Amino acid sequence: MSYRTPLAQVDGLGAAHSGVGHFWRQRMTAVALVPLSIWFVYAVLGLVGADRNTALAFLREPVNAVLMILFILATVIHMALGIQVVIEDYLPNETQKIAALMLNRAFAWAVGAVCLLAVLKIAI
Amino acid sequence: MATSIVHRMTGVALTAGMVILAWWLAALAAGPDQYRLFCSLTATPLGQLVIFGFLWSISFHILSGFRHLIWDIGFGFAKKTSNGVSVVIFLLSIMAAVGVFALGYLKLHGGTP
Repeated sequence: MSYRTPLAQVDGLGAAHSGVGHFWRQRMTAVALVPLSIWFVYAVLGLVGADRNTALAFLREPVNAVLMILFILATVIHMALGIQVVIEDYLPNETQKIAALMLNRAFAWAVGAVCLLAVLKIAI
Repeated sequence: MATSIVHRMTGVALTAGMVILAWWLAALAAGPDQYRLFCSLTATPLGQLVIFGFLWSISFHILSGFRHLIWDIGFGFAKKTSNGVSVVIFLLSIMAAVGVFALGYLKLHGGTP
């Protein structure tokens, strides 16, 4: 029998051993994404019907390239955390859950890498 | 109310939508042919539906997410307030999606928005 109290077991970083990192990162990216998403929709709306050169010129503007990179980074982190919660909530099978969590992270990294490479290739 | 599950569903939809963002940026970087293909696909009925779905999803997710942040601070839990705000979120998100879609449509098909 253990004399450890329930409080001691969740002390420090808690039962999940990651503390409030997930919760906090989800909120920080959420706050960042409110203005960034509105900028993104506004920017893409401005490019509706534009030819390729106009779109390229838009992303060659340093301010637009930086905002697009920030939008991509915040989105990729936010979505990986969000989908992780959905997987943890709805997949009952432990093996499936771990596989899905790995795929989720792989997807986020892959999408982020493709988006960032494209923006950097255009902007630099 | 239904806002909670719709917040999750729009989040999943937007995650899938990131593939389209990656496609757009990659096509733009790759060359004129790839970009032309992407643009011609956005003009199809399915493409237009996806764009509208994206606009509604992002509108809903921002509005509902903003309410989540306000909940985190500790406000807006009263049943009446919460249900009322849910209706407002649904209405505003539809209005925002229709509005932005209409602006894009007018930009493409003449007429000054």
